[in-house]
Order: sequence, then structure tokens, then C-alpha cells
Amino acid sequence: MTTATTGSPTGADEVIPVLTRKDFVSDQEVRWCPGCGDYAILAQMQKMLPELRIPHENIVFISGIGCSSRFPYYMETYGFHSIHGRALTLATGLKTARPELAVFVITGDGDGLSIGGNHLLHAMRRNIDITVVLFNNRIYGLTKGQYSPTSEMGKITKSSPYGTVEQPLHPLRVALAAGATFVARSIDRDTKHLEETLYRAATHRGTSFVEVYQNCVIFNDGAFDSFADKEVRQERMVYLEHGQPLRFGRGREHGIRMNGYVPEVVRNAADDGGLLVHNARDANPVLASILGEMEYPDFPVPIGVFRDVEAPTYNDLVEKQVADAMAREAANFEDLLHSGETWEIL
Amino acid sequence: MTTESEVQRERAVEKLDRVTIRFAGDSGDGMQLTGTQFTRTSAVFGNDIATLPDFPAEIRAPTGSLPGVSGFQLSFASTDILTPGDQPDALIAMNPAALKTNIGDLRPGGLVIVDEDEFTESNLKKAAYISNPLEDGTLSKWQVVRINITRQNELALDGLPLPAKQKFQSRNFYALGLVLWLYGRSMETTVKWATDRFRRNPDVLDANLRALRAGYHFGETTELFHHRFEVPAAEVQPGTYRHISGNEATALGCLAASIRSGLPLVYSSYPITPASDVLHELSKFKAFGVKTIQAEDEIAAMGMTVGIAYGGQLALTGTSGPGLALKSEALNLAVMTELPLVVINVQRAGPSTGMPTKTEQSDLLQALFGRNGDSPVAVVAPATPSDCFTMAIEAFRLALKYMVPVILLSDGYLGNGSEPWKVPVVDDLPVIEYHYAKPVDGSREFNPYERDPATLARPWAVPGQKGLMHRIGGIEKSGETGDIAYDAGNHHRMTLARLGKVERMVQDIPALEVQGPPEGDLLVLGWGSTYGAITSGCARARKSGKRVASAHLRYLNPLPANLGEVLRNYGKVLIPEMNTGQLSLIIRGKYLVDAVPFNKIAGQPFKIAEIEGKIDELLGLSGPYEFQFGPASVLGGG
Repeated sequence: MTTATTGSPTGADEVIPVLTRKDFVSDQEVRWCPGCGDYAILAQMQKMLPELRIPHENIVFISGIGCSSRFPYYMETYGFHSIHGRALTLATGLKTARPELAVFVITGDGDGLSIGGNHLLHAMRRNIDITVVLFNNRIYGLTKGQYSPTSEMGKITKSSPYGTVEQPLHPLRVALAAGATFVARSIDRDTKHLEETLYRAATHRGTSFVEVYQNCVIFNDGAFDSFADKEVRQERMVYLEHGQPLRFGRGREHGIRMNGYVPEVVRNAADDGGLLVHNARDANPVLASILGEMEYPDFPVPIGVFRDVEAPTYNDLVEKQVADAMAREAANFEDLLHSGETWEIL
Repeated sequence: MTTESEVQRERAVEKLDRVTIRFAGDSGDGMQLTGTQFTRTSAVFGNDIATLPDFPAEIRAPTGSLPGVSGFQLSFASTDILTPGDQPDALIAMNPAALKTNIGDLRPGGLVIVDEDEFTESNLKKAAYISNPLEDGTLSKWQVVRINITRQNELALDGLPLPAKQKFQSRNFYALGLVLWLYGRSMETTVKWATDRFRRNPDVLDANLRALRAGYHFGETTELFHHRFEVPAAEVQPGTYRHISGNEATALGCLAASIRSGLPLVYSSYPITPASDVLHELSKFKAFGVKTIQAEDEIAAMGMTVGIAYGGQLALTGTSGPGLALKSEALNLAVMTELPLVVINVQRAGPSTGMPTKTEQSDLLQALFGRNGDSPVAVVAPATPSDCFTMAIEAFRLALKYMVPVILLSDGYLGNGSEPWKVPVVDDLPVIEYHYAKPVDGSREFNPYERDPATLARPWAVPGQKGLMHRIGGIEKSGETGDIAYDAGNHHRMTLARLGKVERMVQDIPALEVQGPPEGDLLVLGWGSTYGAITSGCARARKSGKRVASAHLRYLNPLPANLGEVLRNYGKVLIPEMNTGQLSLIIRGKYLVDAVPFNKIAGQPFKIAEIEGKIDELLGLSGPYEFQFGPASVLGGG
């Protein structure tokens, strides 16, 4: 292990050991099903973390309940495997108490959008400075195969033998509606894109929300194959890049343009004129939300950073209020105890 | 500042030990303010005081309506008093609805002062009076004094550049002035307070002071009152005093725990009646480094509190009964992960939404057992409003020492009730100790469940500590390694260890004290806000020669070590509770004592007379005791 000096998130010019992926691998045996998409996410997270140059012990992973929520056990960091749907509440409390920590929340489509949906909205609304990674496999895996809030309408599962009659939720649109300042989507099988996306999320100040399409080999195998399979990926997915026109296809020959509020596919668009240029820094989240609605087969599925804007974080504002109050008021507990009307009994 | 003229016309003065007054009016009439000002004045004068404010459930019920009546009762005395009084001696009713809902509580012969101007046909109708009670003889049991408060107030404020509606709002100062005169009190405290309060609004200040003086001088001038009353100062311990409500005391106690431990306090809570004032208070303490989070719901508040405790700071949440129900799962996570935190439950009448503005102590069993699995938490309960300060500090002391969540059971009566409080000296407050985990040497792994042999507490390893990275969670852990463990022996041992921590607190809590003879015919055992009524009731019984003692539990889990012995020193044990017998169930089950439950579930505190009545029944001096519940009233009712 070597060391390097760098500006740490704690603000101290301390010597931070240069860590490697291995340093983030815990001694616990990984118990996901062979072939589960979670392995890829774990690997990319462990690979990405050393790049952050954050002191090892300042990193905390918090999860709820579900297959994805086993994640903290496999990370050599501080970890808290909490209860169903509530990881974000623990993260909010922890980050508010200890803003110098780097806090990651690992959740799933059931944990984060069903039982814990409310907390997701409020974490993003507050812009808590944490990174939320939602593993979306569109199924309940740990409870062995019931439909989830992101399962497609009509899906046949153990709890919906006649098909579901519920509209699925689009996680990104929920995040955008709640005012999330960083919203991205990646996929387990594109490891390079996944690592980059996690890095950008982790370095963003404010709530970062990353949806990762994750394959459940047992209960929903191939859920994303129709567009994410290597053979068809370039034709059926569009990689979002800030400032670049939306282009896809083997030779990036097709594009997306807007017709009023409605996106349209332009087959064989000769030039970029008229194509939608991605603006992740748009203060208005509406366009990002329209992109979040694009689904295969009508559209290529967008992947990448939908939104990345700067806004004051909850934690900065809380710290500032406390610091200002401390500077302004000479707090004295003795005086506080005597506040209001007092009287002497002799 | 004006010096108030104290020149009095000759008037007979009747000396009393204790007076109980109730101010009642529409919720917009400022009765809470009037009551509070009278309370301050009497406290400064040197009386012992107990108060009970009571607000309507509706924020703004229709003006003049029965549900819109707001009341404030205070008792002031020349002796040590512990309750706001069973029956008011005087009622100030600002409108017919206030008269109707409160008159039933007034003692026969008591004084009623009404604002005659408000007894209009339309107001009488709103109060569901068929005929005017001032005319039809229904008030013959009491001394009724009819005053044109509204008109006189108007005249006093004549010429002030304020709209009529605002002038009307000064009526409460007129009433206050009158009552201050009646009980021989100076206006000085109120003048001082108002001058500061309305300093930015000179017209309103002028209006209120004019109204106050007009009321005071009216009392002096009028022939309506045959005599005035005097309640001499009480003999209380020398020192500096202030007024404090239970919720204020709870907030200050938690801050004291922060200051005496050196750990920053973070409070996460969702607004709920009657606990919200704790949030309001703590949110003012930013300059002390206190952070407050208004969470999106009760569950979130509890989850955040677990996160705060995990982060190594003073973790606090507060709620009332329905909120505690929502918190149970996340609270259980703190039990399982053995993190120190405090949950305040300012109990209210249940079940479900129940009666949010009414008091009850029916969450004892929820606090003790309302979680899945065997889930021991410590439970403490303050006995009086100011005791909330002491017990909040105690809650944190025990939580940090034993790494156990602690529930503090307050209630609406304690939370909103107030009493004079001898301000403590900061250096005399207990020092609250905590210990983060010590670093381990490289030779072995850190085990987050390696327990302290004396307390069984596990080490508090907090993120940021080098070399102590570990994983915890709601799944059962191996006591040896902290890894997930499903084996039978381990779960057995870990369950007993979690229980053992709470049991071992017994070594750390004071023995139960008895007031009265150490042996006798009857022990009256209570907990929480029934302290005043029980203690006073037993004292009165002893005065008439009965061998009755009382004892009050401030620690409900674990129970004091000497409780079993105390119980066996008396022929009978009576347990009054504002629930259907929750402590009784515990005492009977745990000590095999045939304790008699005495249960009042009326949303109102016990009265001294009720305790006395039941004592007589148990001693065979009277027949079965029955509650006398009166008509719908704001504060009393029995």
C-alpha cells in the first residue's frame, strides 16, 4: 500500500492511503445467485471507490432489505443492513449528524420504490448529500418472485398468475419529479459505463440517484435482453452525453428530435441539425423526464446522466445554520436555564 | 415604566390557603395568555403553582361554539401543591359557550365572572342555551358577577387607532386586570411582560395596558365584589425559580445531556400533538450545536434517529402514541443493533387517533412490549413537569452506558402542564459518560458484539474510526464475530444478552422511595403524571389517621430492586392509572401481589378526591367508589 496526499472530503490535508479494489473486498462470502447482476455492480463499486480518495473509514454503505441490500456485507467499509425501505432514513440521520462521511444507499425497486417510496421522495427533495444506487430488476427476488412496482403491466409472476393489472413506476421520473439534482441510469452488463456513472454520482454534491438495470437470473431472467443484449444494444439504447445530440445505431446513424413535447426517432439523420441536444444541466427537469419515459420498442432506451445540476445541499444548509447561530449567539446553558421570567425565593 | 397605584378602597380581605381559578373563553379570546400571566404573577409573588392548560381539538372552531372553548386552570397556594386543583373556586367565562362547558366543574358557592355583553341571542344559540342562564336561575348555586367587559374595554380603548376587531381582542387583558385585583396581585409582572412583547407595536401595547388597568380599576371601584382574597406566599426552598412546562423541561433535559456528555444532540421528529413543543423548543437551540430534522413521517424520524446513534451522536426522537406504533420496527432495529438512543412519547388518549389533546397513560405496554420478537428497551417516566428535565438526562445516561434504546413516557398533562422550577446549577448536573470503541491491535479482528462484562454493553464503533470497520444490521449476529448467524445457541445467548443489559440497569437506578409509613394498611403505587393526585390524596388520608403510604415509579423497566419488598410491607396495594390497568398487570404478574387496579380513562387527570375516595373503599370505610363524571367540560369533568 502506498500513500498520497490529497484534499480529503473532511477538509483535512491528511495523508490518505492509496487504496485498491481489493481493499474494499470484505471477508464475507458473497451469497447472491450465480450469474446475478449484483456481482457486476459490486465489482464496479469496489473498483470505483479508490478513485474517490476518501479515507476508508469515512465510507458508509447503508441498505434496506432485499437481495441488493446484502451489498454492505461484501464491502470493506462501515456498513448497515437496516430494515425494509428505511435505508434512506438512516442515511439522512447519519449524514446530518456526520456530514464529513461519504454515505451510500443501496436499495432495490421494491425496497426503494414500494415500501420505502416516501423516503426516496424526501431525500431527493431535501438534496441530502448521499449517493443512492437503486438496483432495478423489476421483480421481488428475496421473497421469491412476486411482481414489483417496476414490473411491466400484465407480467405473470407468482403473485400475479393472471398478469399484473398495475402500471409500473419509472424510477427516474420519480426522482426528477422529487427534484433530485443528479439522476442517472446504467446497466449491470456495461461495466465501463456503470463504473463511470457510479463515479460521477459519488462525486456529485447533493442526492445522486442512479438506477441500475440489473438482471435477476432466477425470477426475471432476460428482463433487459430485448434492448441491452450485446447484439442489439447499439440499435436499441441511446447513450446520453451532455452537450451532444442524441444519436444511436451501429454507426450512430439515427437520432432523436422533439416535436413539441413529443420525442421522435429520426432514422438515418444525415446531420445533427434538429436533433435533440442533451442538456443534463438544464434547471428545468421536464426534458429529462421526457427522456425517462422513452422505452423500447418505441424508442431506444436512454442510458447515462439525465440530470446533473448544482444546488445547495441539505447538509450544507444545516451546518451553516448551526455555525451562524453559534457565531451570532453566545450560547450559554446557564443563561438558557434562566430564560423567561425568574424570581428569587429568599 | 409606570408604577401602578396600589391605593385600595377599604374592602374585606378573606385569607385562603389555596385558590383554583379557571379562565375560559373562545379559542380566539386569549385565555391561555391570560392564565399564563396570572400564573407568572402569582409565582413571582411566591405562591406554589400548578397549571393545566386545555385547548380545543379544532384549531379554529367556529367563534362562540362549544367545541371552540379554550381553558386554562391554575391553582396557587401558600402550601406545597402537586395538582392544578380538583374543582375551580372561580370561573371567568368570556362567552356563553365557555360558561356552559365549564360551570359544571365549579364548586358550589364558587364565583363566576361573565362578560354579560357576550350573552347575545346568537351566542346563546351557538352555545345551545334555550334561555339566558344569567336570567333563568340556573346559576343560583354560584355567585354570579355580570360585567360588561366588552363595552368597558371598548370605552377604555376609545380613540386608539385600531380596528374594532383588534380592540375586542384586548378583552382578555381587561379580565386579567380584574382578576389580579380580586386576588390582591400587582399588575407589574404583566406590564413588564407586555412592554417587551409588544414593543414593536405600540398601539397594541397601549390597548392591552389600557384594558388591563381598566379591569383592575373597575374591580377597585365597583361595589360588585364584597371582598377580595389573599393567598399568602408559600414556604419554598430558597433559590432562583422559573416556570417550566413538561415539554420545555424535556427539551432542556436533552440539551443538558448533550452539554454534560459533550456529544452533539440531533433530534428527528414528525409533528404530533402533544409532543410538537419538544421539536419547537429544540429547534431553537442551534447555537448549542443542536440539529433538528422535521422528518417526512414517524418511521423516517425513527430511522434517522438510528442513523444518528450509529454516527456516534446523541440521538433523540419524540412522538405520541400513534407515532410510537409507527416507530416500532425501526426502534426494534436499534434494539437489535444495540445502539443508544432516546424516544420521547408524550402520551395522549388512544386508541388510534383517540383524543389528541387529552391526556392518558395507556402506552405503557406498547412501550414495554410493542415490537416483534423479544425486544427489551428501558422505560423511564417523569412524575411532574419539571421532573421531565431530570428523567431526560437519566434516559440518555442509561442509553449510553448500556447501549440500549430508552423510552421516556411523558403525557399530555405533564407536557402542557407547568410548575415553578428551582433552576439547577449546571455544574451540579450529572456528567454523562460515553465510550467509543477502543482501537484493536492488529493481531485480531474487531468484534462489534464483544460485551463489557459489567454492563453487557457492546462497543460503540462509529464510522470514521480507523480499523473498526464492521457491518451490523437487523439480522441476528454472532456474539463472537458479529457476522450473520442463524445458529440456535447463538440466538438464545444474544436474546438473553439483550435482556440482560436492561436487567443490569437495576444496579444503576435509585431504590423506590415511600412517602408515609414504611409499613401499613395500604400502599398506593403510581407512575407518571398521577404523582400529584396520588401523593396529595395519600397525604390527606394520613392526616385523618389512615395508615396509607404512596410510592411513585420513575423507572418502569427495569423496576427498582426494592419494589417487591416495598409491596409486601402493606396489607393492600392500590394502583391508580389513566388506562385500564397496565402497570397493575405488570405488578401482579411479576410480584404475584393482589394489587387492585383503579382506572380512569376519561382523558383527564385524577382528582385528589378520587384517590381519597378509593382509599376509603379499600380500607373498608365506604362502599364501592364510583367516578362522578360531569357534563362535557374543558378541563375538569369529574
